[in-house]
Amino acid sequence: MSFEPRIIGILCNWCSYTGADLAGTSRMKYAPNVRIVRVMCSGRVDPTFVLKAFQQGADGVLIGGCHPGDCHYSTGNYKTARRIPLLKKMLDQLGIEDGRVRLEWVSASEGDRFQALANEMTEQVRALGPFRPAAPSKPAAMEVAALAAG
Amino acid sequence: MGKQKWALYWAASCGGCEIAVLDVNEKILDIAAAADIVLWPCAMDFKYDDVRAMADRSIDVCLFNGAIRSSEQEEIARLLRAKSRVMVAFGSCACTGGIPGLANLTTKDEILDRVYIEAQSVVGNGHPVFPQPHTRVAEGDLELPVLYEEVSKLSQVIPVDYYLPGCPPTPDLIMTAVNAIATGQLPPPGAVIAGEKTLCDVCPRVKQEKKITRIYRPHQIIPEPQKCLLEQGLICCGPATREGCGAQCIQANMPCRGCFGPPAGVIDQGAKLVSAVASIYEGDTPESVAAMLEEIVDPAGTFYRYGMADSLLKRKRVGTAGK
Amino acid sequence: MEDNNGKGKTRERIGVYVCHCGSNIAGVVDCPAVAEYARSLPDVVLARDYKYMCSDPGQTLIKDDIKEHGLTRVVVASCSPRMHEPTFRRACEQAGLNAYLFEMANIREHCSWVTDDKAKATEKAKALVSAAVRRVVWQQPLQTREVPVTPAAMVIGGGVAGIQAALEIADAGFKVYMVERDPSIGGHMAQLDKTFPTLDCSACILTPKMVSVSQHPNIELLAYSEVVDVQGYVGNFKVKVKKKARYVDEEKCRGCGICEEKCPGRVPSEFEEGLGKRKAIYRPFPQAVPNIPVLDRDNCLYFQRGRCRVCERFCDSNAIDYEQEDRFVDLDVGAIVLATGYDLFDASADMRYGYRRLDNVISALEFERMCNASGPTAGRILMANGKEPKSVAIIHCVGSRDTNYHQYCSRVCCMYSMKFAHLVKDRVGHDTKVFEFYTDLRAFGKGYEEFYNRVQEEGVTFVRGRPAEVTDVPETIDEVGKLIVQAENTLVSRQVRIPVDMVVLSGGLEPRSDTAEVARMFNISRSQDGFFLERHPKLDPVASMTDGVFVAGCCQGPKDIPDTVAQAAAAAVRAVGLMNKGKIQVEAATSMVQAELCSGCRVCNKLCPYSAITFDEEKKVSVINDAVCKGCGVVAAACPSDAIVSRHFTDAQILAEIEGVLV
Repeated sequence: MSFEPRIIGILCNWCSYTGADLAGTSRMKYAPNVRIVRVMCSGRVDPTFVLKAFQQGADGVLIGGCHPGDCHYSTGNYKTARRIPLLKKMLDQLGIEDGRVRLEWVSASEGDRFQALANEMTEQVRALGPFRPAAPSKPAAMEVAALAAG
Repeated sequence: MGKQKWALYWAASCGGCEIAVLDVNEKILDIAAAADIVLWPCAMDFKYDDVRAMADRSIDVCLFNGAIRSSEQEEIARLLRAKSRVMVAFGSCACTGGIPGLANLTTKDEILDRVYIEAQSVVGNGHPVFPQPHTRVAEGDLELPVLYEEVSKLSQVIPVDYYLPGCPPTPDLIMTAVNAIATGQLPPPGAVIAGEKTLCDVCPRVKQEKKITRIYRPHQIIPEPQKCLLEQGLICCGPATREGCGAQCIQANMPCRGCFGPPAGVIDQGAKLVSAVASIYEGDTPESVAAMLEEIVDPAGTFYRYGMADSLLKRKRVGTAGK
Repeated sequence: MEDNNGKGKTRERIGVYVCHCGSNIAGVVDCPAVAEYARSLPDVVLARDYKYMCSDPGQTLIKDDIKEHGLTRVVVASCSPRMHEPTFRRACEQAGLNAYLFEMANIREHCSWVTDDKAKATEKAKALVSAAVRRVVWQQPLQTREVPVTPAAMVIGGGVAGIQAALEIADAGFKVYMVERDPSIGGHMAQLDKTFPTLDCSACILTPKMVSVSQHPNIELLAYSEVVDVQGYVGNFKVKVKKKARYVDEEKCRGCGICEEKCPGRVPSEFEEGLGKRKAIYRPFPQAVPNIPVLDRDNCLYFQRGRCRVCERFCDSNAIDYEQEDRFVDLDVGAIVLATGYDLFDASADMRYGYRRLDNVISALEFERMCNASGPTAGRILMANGKEPKSVAIIHCVGSRDTNYHQYCSRVCCMYSMKFAHLVKDRVGHDTKVFEFYTDLRAFGKGYEEFYNRVQEEGVTFVRGRPAEVTDVPETIDEVGKLIVQAENTLVSRQVRIPVDMVVLSGGLEPRSDTAEVARMFNISRSQDGFFLERHPKLDPVASMTDGVFVAGCCQGPKDIPDTVAQAAAAAVRAVGLMNKGKIQVEAATSMVQAELCSGCRVCNKLCPYSAITFDEEKKVSVINDAVCKGCGVVAAACPSDAIVSRHFTDAQILAEIEGVLV
């Protein structure tokens, strides 16, 4: 069976999420691999969310915001535009490939762009293969829970 | 009430925590008065078998310093857990992996290669010699502990009752913990024996609305002594680091490196620092983002200096799985 | 150091509703299977699938279940929350469940409509439902709050936009503070001679309105004043205004003008665009409102050399006060209308046309003043040598539609240029030659095209082409002593050199030079062109991005007088509407600082685009003003100690959703 990547899309309410809605209302078909979590502004995206997604077994994370200058909250996307590159530099040190995290600007009118991005990223991540957070830890971490319970 | 039985253990750490216990100076006598030491390999000659012979939960308190990166450390951690009523993760390495945790940014093989082949001090005959877990000699089998692929914080191996962070913990915090244990007035299990807020709360420097126009490394500037270091462009981990150290580094004009770990609500110290530093960096253009990336030379080593093992991803991903 | 697992609280009772949306969802997603799956999720006590959840029976289903089964949380898997979230929230509230305890899974726009593969679509729908179920457990009830609105407005700028807005608001019965930077209100319109296309006398139609402002019982005019600080939020702004020292006691002055008459100082008049002189103590123009002079300290003999005091000696009312100082007043207002106008493009920036270098190359406003009967030439169009020109060239789009300066069209230049042509013909004589050098002729308004036809009939020559230069270097004997306009007539692709006596540069309108500071002070945005940014270019062209701050006139973009007046009236209505309600609903899903966790690092302080965050110096913690916060959550993400909670988008909620979507 071919590998079906699981990609989390964290999209801002005003532009990207609405762009994804538009892709839907326009009946544009795209890979079902991208699953969307809504935030009000891409500036709400805490790098913790990205790490959490990987820790929980996501194979890729797509962050979507309004185009520069168009942020509903004026400047939220600029903060994201600094955080995600810095996070990616750190993720590179952690062995996470560049293509697994993408920050993209999608406006409310760009349903086609969202469609293209979803497809493109799905294939990109499919090519990278499944993400496994780390080698299985040697200390039997699983036993910790059991010990704690007992 | 009879004297308590205490154990102290040194796993993957530099040993500074052992010295820190002595930093309490004459109060060590109070400790001696309150407790009998049943294990302290650094200072006294006990054997693991002595501990193995003890009844479960017969040790009142174990102060365990160091992270776990070898089979011996794991074995003793489990042993001491079984024998101790109260397990204290003592110091940054036990609490969050500490400096040894940075080994998680590389692999076991890379480390061994570095130490036994590449290091300039290695003089060999062209046939590298690596430590072997098992060696058979005439007298019988010899065993060395196995070095693990990754470093873990103590609580990833055994349940921990209290955390006493710091690299090393300060004498004040040690005495707070000792007194609490001696008098039985213990905080709820899982508590971190340090402050609740972050370092900024006690930092004496003047803080203003934050913005950074350039990031410096500590050797590049001599910061003004009164002004917030982060505002001067030095990456200070204080805003995402639990208070309790008394801002010692700050008072020496050095930025906080984060050894006390994150405050309670923070899931991932490094992620939060990435977010905060990038947020206050001035400039919205691709050029300014590039400049920021250039200036922050080693984000993982900077933001996870003491917390790599404690982070959500814990370690560098090894190899490309699935291929 | 703990993660998001193991929530130690009482179990919730979640109801999950999977909508078929006819066949929109059910055609691709196996809705009963999704409902069946939902039943297996923790805390879910019932899950149903139904044809149309948004229908009355669908909503009734939810309401009945809330009551009968004691649901504490509701999840509807259907369309986008941007579509029906309000519908289902209302249904929940009607059944006594707080609206914020409801969550939606978007299995239509994000699932059934974008996927043909039924199995994968169903799998995705399950994941989205799982995410919503896990998230909703963490959701907390929120209350929308109301805050009162101060029943007073401030209008900043006393041009025609500000005047119109102030009068509209005042007539509606609300107090208005009008702040004008210059000594008199009137703005650019007071400088104009005639208005296109009707050729009304500008002053004749404006001055009655100016007088109305000064006499209106609801309007308090703060002329020669500037806003220096704005705090607060919609309904509750606190504005600090600096009343610059006039050195004339406004209470005592009767506006007789004797001081002006006797003052020995003479300096170029700003109002006359430097073509005429004014005194050191002066009213910019005779119809000035307020009718009180201002002493220009920089040009006053007494202030500069310590001797004179002539004005003081002649003033019967003892109104001259050399000791006067700038005063500051704090005003509480509920709404603000910004009507700060524009600057005329400085044509000297475009070296090719010789403005300020060649005699008889004049700006549009200089031409206006020259035409004006009360202006420096008493209404005569004159060259530097005092003679009337025999030929005039009018150059359009100076600084506009030019990638070197402003890309935009200034919208008024075509029309006022044609008005100029008419005025030349009218004042100098019909045999005067007039050339209009235009890029495209834009006569879009009511009566504008007709005016264009009229001017053509008057014998004005239209040349389609942007002149390359204006020079006084002759190439032929005919050009000696003339200004030569070199251009390509693009309609016939031929170079032309036209010698004229006078050149008028029809400069574009540009943002005031201090627009950036003003925008920052009022916390509003600017568009690419530098003008204030309206909330929506089509559907909300009078509001700014900041609630309670409205924009009118050319500060929002170049426009003519009718459009300015219309926008000003619209802005006024919006301000009145806000004040009329008396109170406003404040966003419930705002961010909040947990003071007990805040260490006062001040990372968040500068991040809020609405300045909702202040620092409590006493407690050393940051504080978010609920009424100003829009709930974007940018500071919750930035807060390094996680002391800031983004309500309804908390870390716990989003992390639970991420966990849920990945099951």
